[in-house]
Formats: sequence, C-alpha cells, structure tokens
Amino acid sequence: MKLTLRVWRQQNAAAEGAMSTYEVDGISSDMSFLEMLDTLNEELILKGEDPVAFDHDCREGICGACSLVINGDAHGPERTTTCQLHMRSFKDGDTIDIEPWRAAAFPVVKDLVVDRSAFDRIIQAGGYVTAPTGAAPEAHATPVPKADADFAFEHAECIGCGACVAACPNGAAMLFTSAKINHLNVLPQGAPERESRVLDMVAQMDEEGFGGCTLTGECATACPKGIPLVSITSMNKEWLRATRKSGRR
Amino acid sequence: MARSVWGSTVGKKTVMAVSGLIMLLYLVAHMIGNLKIYFGAGEFNHYGHWLRTVGEPFMHYEWTLWLIRVVLVVAVVAHAVSAYQLSRRDIKARPSKYVHARPRASYATRTMRWGGIILGLFVVWHLLDLTTGTVHPGGFQEGHPYQNVVDTFSTWYGNVIYIVAMLALGLHIRHGFWSAAQTLGVGSRTRDRALKTIANVLAALLTVGFIAVPVGVMTGVVS
Amino acid sequence: MTASAEYSDYATGAPVVDTKAPQGPINERWDTRRFEAKLVNPANRRKHTVIVVGTGLAGGSAGATLAEQGYHVVQFCYQDSPRRAHSIAAQGGINAAKNYRNDGDSIHRLFYDTVKGGDFRARESNVHRLAQISVEIIDQCVAQGVPFAREYGGLLDTRSFGGVQVSRTFYARGQTGQQLLLGAYQALSRQIAAGTIEMHPRTEMLDLIVVDGRARGIVARDLITGRIDTYFADAVVLASGGYGNVFYLSTNAMNSNATAIWRAHRRGAYFANPCFTQIHPTCIPRTGDHQSKLTLMSESLRNDGRIWVPKAKGDDRPPNQIPEDERDYYLERIYPSFGNLVPRDIASRAAKNVCDEGRGVGPGGQGVYLDFADAIRRMGRAKVEEKYGNLFDMYERITAENPYEVPMRIYPAVHYTMGGLWVDYDLQTTIPGLFAIGEANFSDHGANRLGASALMQGLADGYFVLPSTINDYLARNPHHDEVTAEHPVVQELLAETEDRLHTLLAIDGDRTPDSFHRELGELMWEFCGMARTDAGLRKALERIPQIREEFWRRIKVPGTGEEFNQSLEKANRIVDYLELAELMCLDALHRAESCGGHFREESQTPDGEAARQDDKFSYAAAWEFTGTGEAPTLHKEDLVFEYVHPTQRSYA
Repeated sequence: MKLTLRVWRQQNAAAEGAMSTYEVDGISSDMSFLEMLDTLNEELILKGEDPVAFDHDCREGICGACSLVINGDAHGPERTTTCQLHMRSFKDGDTIDIEPWRAAAFPVVKDLVVDRSAFDRIIQAGGYVTAPTGAAPEAHATPVPKADADFAFEHAECIGCGACVAACPNGAAMLFTSAKINHLNVLPQGAPERESRVLDMVAQMDEEGFGGCTLTGECATACPKGIPLVSITSMNKEWLRATRKSGRR
Repeated sequence: MARSVWGSTVGKKTVMAVSGLIMLLYLVAHMIGNLKIYFGAGEFNHYGHWLRTVGEPFMHYEWTLWLIRVVLVVAVVAHAVSAYQLSRRDIKARPSKYVHARPRASYATRTMRWGGIILGLFVVWHLLDLTTGTVHPGGFQEGHPYQNVVDTFSTWYGNVIYIVAMLALGLHIRHGFWSAAQTLGVGSRTRDRALKTIANVLAALLTVGFIAVPVGVMTGVVS
Repeated sequence: MTASAEYSDYATGAPVVDTKAPQGPINERWDTRRFEAKLVNPANRRKHTVIVVGTGLAGGSAGATLAEQGYHVVQFCYQDSPRRAHSIAAQGGINAAKNYRNDGDSIHRLFYDTVKGGDFRARESNVHRLAQISVEIIDQCVAQGVPFAREYGGLLDTRSFGGVQVSRTFYARGQTGQQLLLGAYQALSRQIAAGTIEMHPRTEMLDLIVVDGRARGIVARDLITGRIDTYFADAVVLASGGYGNVFYLSTNAMNSNATAIWRAHRRGAYFANPCFTQIHPTCIPRTGDHQSKLTLMSESLRNDGRIWVPKAKGDDRPPNQIPEDERDYYLERIYPSFGNLVPRDIASRAAKNVCDEGRGVGPGGQGVYLDFADAIRRMGRAKVEEKYGNLFDMYERITAENPYEVPMRIYPAVHYTMGGLWVDYDLQTTIPGLFAIGEANFSDHGANRLGASALMQGLADGYFVLPSTINDYLARNPHHDEVTAEHPVVQELLAETEDRLHTLLAIDGDRTPDSFHRELGELMWEFCGMARTDAGLRKALERIPQIREEFWRRIKVPGTGEEFNQSLEKANRIVDYLELAELMCLDALHRAESCGGHFREESQTPDGEAARQDDKFSYAAAWEFTGTGEAPTLHKEDLVFEYVHPTQRSYA
C-alpha cells in the first residue's frame, strides 16, 4: 500500500510543533502500525533526516508505552494499543494523521513522545498497599471472595498508557486513577488505607493539572483494556465515603 | 471537610450534582404548578397566591417562598460557580486541540456548557418577565399570573426564547441527571440502564410539561 | 557428522569458586548464610547508597526492599516509567511450592524439577534456596494486593504448567507478569514518595565505574536531554534483564538490551554460559522482513492442538485442502509417547528441522500448523473457546486469521537467556560491590528454564536474596573513600563514553542501526539458534568481526547527542550486541555437548536427542573479558550434584 502520513513534528518540549507530510510506499497490510513507522524512519535516516520519535517497547500491548493519536483516535480505529494495530485497518491511498497524546499534564518531549510521569506521581500518592517485604501473613490467611478478586483484577489490568487522558476532551485522568483505587480498595489487603488512598490520589490527580470529569465516556471508549466508565462512579463513591469519614475524625 | 470538597474536582462535581438535583426537584414542582393554567385563570391565580401563603400560620406571608428562593439562589450560584471553575480547569487541561478533530468527542460537554449558559440567561429573562415584570410585554399585573403568562406567550419572541430554553433544559437534564448519579456514586453496571431511562423520561416530561404552556397559549386553549 | 578439532581460541584460567556458598545439609544452607552474613546497623543504613539498574521484577522488588530496610537507593530505568519493564509481558504464572493442592508438591520437589529441567547445569544450593523462598513470594505478593486467580471459596487457584506433574503455578489470567510487576512498582512508588528512592526514568546506564577494584557507580545518559552523568554508590545492583535481543527478533521488548551487563563484563565481571538461550516453540511466525518483534503464545495450546506440516515439500495448498494422509504430524510420529507435549527445546528443534526440509508453511516457509480441528470435533467449539478463547483472539488480532477455522501457524522464537553475569551465592559478581539479579545473572536455571520460573527467580532475588546478602558486603566495607566525578578513573570513563557516542554520530555512513542489528540477528539465529554446529559457529565467529568492522565504518546515526535521539540509543546498544554475540558463539562452540537449550548437532543420541557430556562439561563457563576481538579467558566453576543425580532425558 501507499500512504500519506501527516505527522506531528516537534523538536523538543520548548519548540513549536507542526504537522509534516510524508509518503510511504510498499507497506504490507500485515505490518503493525509501528512497523509502518519503522519503515518511514529507516527511509528518513538514509535521507539524512531526523526520524520520527515515538514511544514503544513491548509491542505486545501490555507495557503501555505506545501512545499515538491516529486520525483523532487514541490508539487508532481499533480497540487495542497502537502496537497491536495492523495496517490492514487502513486502505491503500489513505491519509493518516498521527499526533501525540495532548494534555497539559502530558507535555510533549519530542514529536510523538510525551511525558507521562504525572501518572507515576498519582500512584506514589497512594496507589499501593503498605506491605514491607517480609511482613506478609500466609497467603491463605485471608480468603478473598472470587467476585472481589475478579473486580480487582479487571481494574488492575490498566496499562497506564494514558489513552484515557488523550481521548478526554477535558484531559482528565479519572479513569486511570479510578482503576488503581478500585483495584486496591476492594481487597481486604487494601482496606486499612482505603480512605487515605482515594483522597490522596484524587488530590494528586488535581495537583497534576488534569481536567475534571464530565462523563463523556471517551476515556472508556479509548481504553485498550476495556476499563469501564463505571469505574469512575465507584471511585466517586469511595471519595465521598472517605470524605465523610475523614470529616468525622 | 467543606474545604476539601470545594478544593477537589470530584468535590466540585458533587456540589454540582447536589445543587442540580435540588433544582431538578424544584422544576418538577414548578412544572406541575404550571399545568394548572389549563384549568383557568381562577385556579391558576389561586395557586399563585397559595405559594405565598404556604406554611401559614407557622410561617409568615411569603416566608416559605423566600426560603425556597434562597435555597434556589444558593443552588444556582453553587452550580454555576462550580461549572465555571471546572470548565476553566478543563480547558486549561487540554490547551492544544487535535489537528484531526473529531466532533463527537465533546457532545455531552458542549450541551452541558452551552446549555447551561442558555439556561442561566433564560432564568434572568424569565424572572424579569414574570416575577418582577421589568421586561414584561404589555402591562404586568402583580397577583395576576395567568394574564401575565398569556401576555408573554402572545409574543413570538416569548415563545421562541421559552421553547429553545426548554429544549436546552431537556438535554441538560438528560446528561445531568445521569451524570449526577455517577458523581454521587450511585451508578453501577446493573443500574446504568435504569438511570439512563429515568434521565430520559425526566427530561422528556419536563420539556413537554413546560412547553405545554406556550403551546396552550398559541393554540388558543389558554387565553 | 565429522569430528572436528577442539576449539581452543581462548585461554583457560584458574577455576572460579563460589566462596560464599555455605556447606552442610542443603535445606539449612540459606539459614546458615544469612546467619553468617554481617549486618549493617539500621541507623547506618541511610548513609549507604545503593544503585539499582532496572525496575523489572528483580530490580523493582530489590529497590523497594532495600529502601524499606533504610538504604538510600538510586534507581534507573530506560523506560518513561518503572512500570513498563518487560517483566510485564510474562503471561503464564509463577511457581511456588505451597502444596495447596495436596498433590505431593514440596520444596524438595520444586528444587528437583528445576535442577532436572535445567539439564543439570545449575547450582544445587541456589536452586534449593529459590524453591524455599518461592513460598514467601506468594505471601508477599498477596499482601501487596496482587489479584491472583481465586476459586469460589476465596482461596488461591493454581494450575499445572510446563509439563510438571503438580499444580503449583499461581496466575492472574494471562497477565501474571503484569500483576506481579505492578505490585513491585507500587512498593517502589511508595518508597519514591517517602524519599528513600531517587528514581531516574528515561536514563540508561552506559558504563560501570570501578575504582580500586570495587563497583562504585555508573555512567548514565539522560535520554531526554542527552546529558551524560555519573552516579556514585557503595554498591551497584544490575537488574537489567536478559540479552535475547542479540537475535534482533525475539519476544523481548524492543528496547531491552545488554549494555548494562556487557559494560560490567568489560569492566571485569565474568559472563557465564552466554550460549544458554531458551527458544520458545509457540510464537506467532514472522510475516516478512518488516517484522520488528515476535509474540509468544502460551504453550498450553499444545495440550489440545496438533502440530503438523505437509508431507510434500513446497505444498502450498490451503491447509484445509490437504488430505489427512498427506499431512505429517511429526511430533506424534517421532515421539509417540509424548507427542505434541515434548519439552520446549525439542518441539522447537523439530519445527526447525521440518522447515529446513522445505516443508514449512506460511510466508517464507517459516512456520508449522497448530491445528485445533480435532479438538473442536472432540470437545466442541464452546469448550475450546472457554479454554483458549483469549489466545485465539490474540492470534486473530495479529494475523487476521480465524484459528477456529484455519489452523494456527506457529514458529519458535528466542524468549529467555539463562546465561548472564556470573554471581556467587550472594548474587555478587566477580567485581566486589557489583551484584546481578534476575535474568541478568546466570544462577538458577542451568541450561533450560522451566515455565513459570522466571517470575519466581526475579522476585526471589529482589525481595529476599539480595536484600539479605548485600548487607554483608556493605557491613564489611563500611567506609569507602568518597569517589567524585573528578577522580581520574571516572574522568577517563566519561571521556570514553562520550567518545563512543561522538564517533557513532560522526561516521555518517550509509547503513541504519536496524540494518546492522537485523543482519547480526539473522546470523545468530542461523548459527547460534536452535541447533548449533562446529562449522556454523566458526562461520559466525568469522563473520561477526566483519560486521563489527563494517558497523564502525558505515553506520549512520542522525541528530546529535544532546537531545532525545532514539537512533543513537539503538546504535549504542548494537555496539555491545556485536561483542556479546561473539562471546555467545565462542561459548557455544567450546561447549561441545548438548544440554537444555544448547543443542550441538555433533552431540546427540541415536534418536536425535540432546546428549549431555557430564564428564567434560559439568561446569558453568565463566568468561573473562580481555579486549574487543581478543580471545577471552575461561574460568570453570565445577558443578557438584549431591542431591539430584544427573540422568539423560528421554521423551520418545
């Protein structure tokens, strides 16, 4: 296939960016989207031009590194990560727009690479169970109802890619934050820190400059792991509960 | 606690949800009252008078009404200020737009933001028209709400403003009610359909109920 | 088969001895060692800085635990977040000798299975410790909130894995690695917030600082600004993973690399058993030259799928049109009693053989069919969907073929490297103060790793072993002289690193980094892959220096070193692959026996199975670096088996 790519190029965080147009030819429909970009980059290097910078690592859809907005959709037209998107989802002669995640809390590093360290800081604010190594009780000491374990797992599947933020018209990180809170708050192991976790993580989320939630549902639509929108509802409930409890203290 | 609620995006959304539900409750009562216009001037004007005497003899004349007005003003202000602050924050959180724009992305947000502004302006007009009479067409008569309503909806612009605002109200409630349920944490996967249905029914009932009044005037059923 | 002259283009040095290995009954050795180790006074720990490179299961758990103990930890990862380390991609599960199933499992059985699975090329003491600690790992992870699969009663579920007879593998659907890694990442995050860990994401280690014979820090490059900096510490821990990416195509992450361990090797750390590579039989085949990496599918598929190729060469009919009697179910034919369930290395090699005969299927003839038609007939589609649905979906997403209707195509791929930096019982390398944990070291898997054991080893090293043993080193070396960036050794190292990057940028040749990497990978896959021969390895050893020479003449790296430059990162990693590949081939050539993942065609049984030669090769080969292109020095560590007695494997 032959394609026209319009790619966001930005030298560094401080520079102005703009869309640049490239033609690529000989693209196989079996290629992954990133392999198509590899092909472009090989050509650019040989021409002495700067290849397009983009984040990627496992290329199996689990590490959460890849992060492209393709024709306005985070991770492109299929419900998967960019690395698992294949060129058979496009047609010969297509023009494809490729942009970075856009959000104030995710500043562009270069081209299509953004800084997602805000997510790490949200986790640092309370997205853990305080269980120092060696202090653990026997694993079977506390049975966990299967429904709770499954609920926890479903939310723990989040890969921290940031598609939710990229898709949200408000640049909100509610889906990401709620996924971790729901994962840990439902488990007996996470119960002792249940209130402080949600209050601190939400406060850090606000601190990072993410927007608020208007429940447009774009985040859940973009999420490659299918974290549901109702995850945010559960977080709100946890937050209200924690606020009430901490108000009484 | 108040500070931590107001200082958080989730808290501000809670304020919006609670104030929105208060207004919604009021609107339901308001709409039911409005429909009395179909039973003639006597009953409608009597109802208007009763609103001022509710709670007597425990309450003085108009106390209850003022109490309701105060609650409503607080709700409106809280709702609007939260909305304004949150919207500013949202716009700041997404400073640069995607070059490849997708219109559907902001449907709900847009209807809420613009719908909210339309409703705010409408409320001002509505009060100046039928409460203070400042911009009322024809002679505003204190204590004769039936005639005042008929006067307003005898003008083309009165009908247009009102009907547009009520359509905006329907859309606003449609997303707002469901949204408030999510913010207050009462939504769930199993309840989602029920909540959406309630939101749609509420939105439809209120819109139809309110629009019934100008329609009544226009068709001559109410005159 | 021609007998060839013993390869001797290397020097043999003094044997290497594990001075930390305790004696006595095997089940008491770990206690003994912990008791004998000196401790650091808790109040003094914060005065000690420990550098940890990597944030995977080993590095993440080690960093968190060391910080919890009170040490000042400075940690690095090349990813934008410590949560993205490639441990995250592990699917199957983690072994532990909990015996929750009451099916006869025990620490001793896990120990036995692992030593045997490693084809008797691992240390008994280390493996036994691993089996002992496995039990604590599960407790630790559950306490952290890792959502393992559970049964309706609320207790943990287990499954059997990797052909062992007990059900000891704990799992979280097909994402066990992800969940365990996030557990470690969260523990790490807690310490970062507490200020006990100074985390440097997007920072890649480029060299090791050794002063007065001790590891004292690293040289690292900030991948965003390109700034090269030095970081100093009292001890350095490498948890940088394996080196499977030497092969270009592997199931490793694209940026996983060998630079940290290779640079440490160049500074004096011995590299053990570099040729021990695990090749996983059930991966999705490549579709063309554009292929950038390979994706693994759980080997549980072989429980119900039947593997076949057409009997005739070059038969390009669609699989459903090839009649039954023209198909060759070669595993069932060659290994009638084990059939499709033979171990990983055997299944992989058999697939290579039929493809080499020209009977492979799919693009380039590099694939074999894994057919579920019989299983669907026997169990019904619903049952197959229930058991393998997510794997089938994954396959369909990647290949756009529906495996319920068309047989899957699979081919082996490089998956894990058992070799790594030589470490003693304390996980310390031959450079005092330099430790290596997880896949970066060589210690526990011998010549072949069992399924669901990589996660176990990474976490055992990081949560429990290293945090105990590093105390001893720090306690015995309490007052180091301060090393600063002005130290002549450091200055020299910095200059050398900067020079290397400048040279890469300045050559401005006509070939891209990827083109060299691909060429090297293809060579390694051909000659140092699933089956190795004396002649092939010699050919590779002749070719690698030529590629290296060409690389330094024709490489083209655009941009500058003072910016985010992914081509420069890549090129610099290839520099090290080009040296490591040579050592891998040399090691494979010198080890003229077959064992585990290392199959030398010259050393096989009459049935074509791997024939170990315990009389000659019952040792770990620890290589000492002597210079690029120079013959390295081999130090042998003899392996002694007191508890598990070596036997030849048989699956026919």
